[in-house]
Amino acid sequence: MTLQLALVAILVIAATAGLFARKRATGLRGGGIRLNSLPNYHALFVGLWTALPALLFLAIWAPVQSGLVEQAVLASPAGQQLPDFQMVRDTILSEARDIATGRIAAGFNPESNAIAPVYSAAYGKYSMVGSALAVLIALGSALLAMRLVKVDFRARSGVERLMMGLLVGASLIAILTTLGIVLSLLFESLRFFKQVSPTEFLFGTSWSPQTAIRADQAGSSGAFGSVPLFWGTAFIGAIIAMIVAIPLGLMSAIFLTQYAPARARAWLKPILEILAGVPTVVYGYFAALTVAPLVRDFGLAIGIESASSESALAAGLVMGIMIIPFVSSMADDSIAAVPQAMRDGSLALGATKSETIKKVVLPAALPGVVGGVLLAVSRAIGETMIVVMAAGLAANMTANPFASVTTVTTQIVQLLTGDQEFDSAKTLAAFALGLALFVITLILNLIALRVVRKYREAYE
Amino acid sequence: MIDTLIPTPTDTAEPAVEERTPKMSARDVKVFYGAKEALKGVSIDIHDDRVTAFIGPSGCGKSTFLRCLNRMNDTIPSARVTGTIELDGEDINSAAMDVVQLRARVGMVFQKPNPFPKSIFENVAYGPRIHGLAENKSELEAIVEKSLKRAGLWDEVKDRLNESGTALSGGQQQRLCIARAIAVDPEVILMDEPCSALDPIATAKIEELIHELRGRYAIAIVTHNMQQAARVSQRTAFFHLGEMVEYGKTSDIFTNPREQRTQDYITGRYG
Ligand SMILES: Nc1ncnc2c1ncn2[C@@H]1O[C@H](COP(=O)(O)OP(=O)(O)OP(=O)(O)O)[C@@H](O)[C@H]1O
Ligand SMILES: [Mg+2]
Repeated sequence: MTLQLALVAILVIAATAGLFARKRATGLRGGGIRLNSLPNYHALFVGLWTALPALLFLAIWAPVQSGLVEQAVLASPAGQQLPDFQMVRDTILSEARDIATGRIAAGFNPESNAIAPVYSAAYGKYSMVGSALAVLIALGSALLAMRLVKVDFRARSGVERLMMGLLVGASLIAILTTLGIVLSLLFESLRFFKQVSPTEFLFGTSWSPQTAIRADQAGSSGAFGSVPLFWGTAFIGAIIAMIVAIPLGLMSAIFLTQYAPARARAWLKPILEILAGVPTVVYGYFAALTVAPLVRDFGLAIGIESASSESALAAGLVMGIMIIPFVSSMADDSIAAVPQAMRDGSLALGATKSETIKKVVLPAALPGVVGGVLLAVSRAIGETMIVVMAAGLAANMTANPFASVTTVTTQIVQLLTGDQEFDSAKTLAAFALGLALFVITLILNLIALRVVRKYREAYE
Repeated sequence: MIDTLIPTPTDTAEPAVEERTPKMSARDVKVFYGAKEALKGVSIDIHDDRVTAFIGPSGCGKSTFLRCLNRMNDTIPSARVTGTIELDGEDINSAAMDVVQLRARVGMVFQKPNPFPKSIFENVAYGPRIHGLAENKSELEAIVEKSLKRAGLWDEVKDRLNESGTALSGGQQQRLCIARAIAVDPEVILMDEPCSALDPIATAKIEELIHELRGRYAIAIVTHNMQQAARVSQRTAFFHLGEMVEYGKTSDIFTNPREQRTQDYITGRYG
């Protein structure tokens, strides 16, 4: 609570310091001298310099504080009597914290009620210290920054540098997060590979992650060959979905760029892009409730007995529809980037519009189109909702589109839902699958970006 | 300056009165871009054994007129063409005229060289393939070779027909585009400022080429370079603000124009 107050205080101090700085700068100008920077820049400069160091301190202090509080609690007489077993102790501590902060009235473990006051005291003490320090820092930096407000002080470039710093920080957060994701995936995957050999995982063709709970249990030895999952993923996402999305996306892009009158284009393009905005869970319903039964009935009607109501075809078809806007907008861009002069050259030789498109425009636009398709594939294979709802759970290695297959994302969801132990091979397998999927989509994206960039250079 | 523009002997040898039917004839051609009238009734004959040059200040409608002759204005949605244009006595805007056939008979070379991003061979083979002019591979090769030879490019590219057409120099690219146009065996070749993106040496090569192509094809060329018009053409038309002001023998236009506006333009009083 106190830390929140400190936060407000810092902001108030910063705003006040800024206002003062502006007043002072305006006062300097009153003397008829020209300031290097406008008063508003001085205000911004002082305000930012006041707030940022203190905020940074708070950000660092918050985790440090909870460590200190815990230490204090454990060091207290009541804390020393806590059981040694880590899990029990953590539970008691977190209950004590909840009682101390008033979130719950009483704990399940009697020990936690005893510790709560200790916790409360330590928490109060440390947050007081932290808040005081933060406010002091804010005041100190406000004073320092204020002293800089002079006629020739370049507040403007100072603000510019601060802004750049902020922006760099913002982009670093995104990059660091990605890094964090990769590292956590990697870490958990390593734990998995300690239990299951990478060769089995990468090349094994049997997937049934049920490991035995007791050693004498029969029939569930646990098999972690991921090939069927990747086959299912590729079958739905890279084959069936693309058979739908590539021709439809490409043809609609050609129609929109080459044939549609400007008015029709202005209407049709946004409508097509709505497809990209439909939540995937809605596609999921559509696939599971509408398309899947139709596909099954169709399969049965043409005499395929194995036609399942969770067919690869249903999921793939709907996923293909979902991907159309991706393919078409990338294709649209690269077709539009083919110079008009190229088209004119072909038309002037007596080629028809469709000959021109087929023989000149599309070949010239091909790299861009390929790039778009690769991006679409990488999206399709990472797509989860549709396949969770419409694809099956059985890890089949089949090329029969009416049969049920499962995908990597479906299995990850399957492995992680419900109560799980976080150190069994079954749960850890989800991370290994995630890592493998991540690596594949990363490679696809890299290739796609390269292809697209290379092609851009050719015309610019 | 005008004195240096010596008429070529063919000019003086020709009869002043034309009895022959022209290859192409345009009568009262008007072009509108939306509501704007870009061409205000142009009438010109183009004959098949000579080069006709279109000159005039920028924006006066030269390109617009040239594009009417093979209906490239069809590709501009806002453009509307009225009047009649005939090729060998056939109305090119009539329903009976297939625009694909028309463009095969009336070829075009653009201001900026625009080879396709394909091999040199494929660039030239493109038209013959589309129109089915070759029965087999060797016939196609023969057409490509002949066209490149006529365009004066064969010796420079015969060893690298599989390299990309876009890798050639600007002047070579333009000759490749001429070869590409020649390959479909057109009757008329339209050239819209074919040398404006080229250096003097490449320009001289193209001009030489135009000399050689004369007689085999009817050629109409738009140019901003008056010496070039004087060097390569036998007839010149002067355009101004969407009108065709004067049309006649090149030697007459440059030495003895009838209209004051023509006089002003060729002496460089405005441009
Ligand atoms: N696609 C178009 N849409 C609208 N107006 C156009 C279009 N093309 C040309 N115009 C207009 O028509 C007029 C004639 O243009 P045109 O290109 O024929 O001139 P030009 O004589 O070839 O000029 P330049 O010597 O600069 O090439 C100009 O006023 C131009 O603005
Ligand atoms: Mg022009």
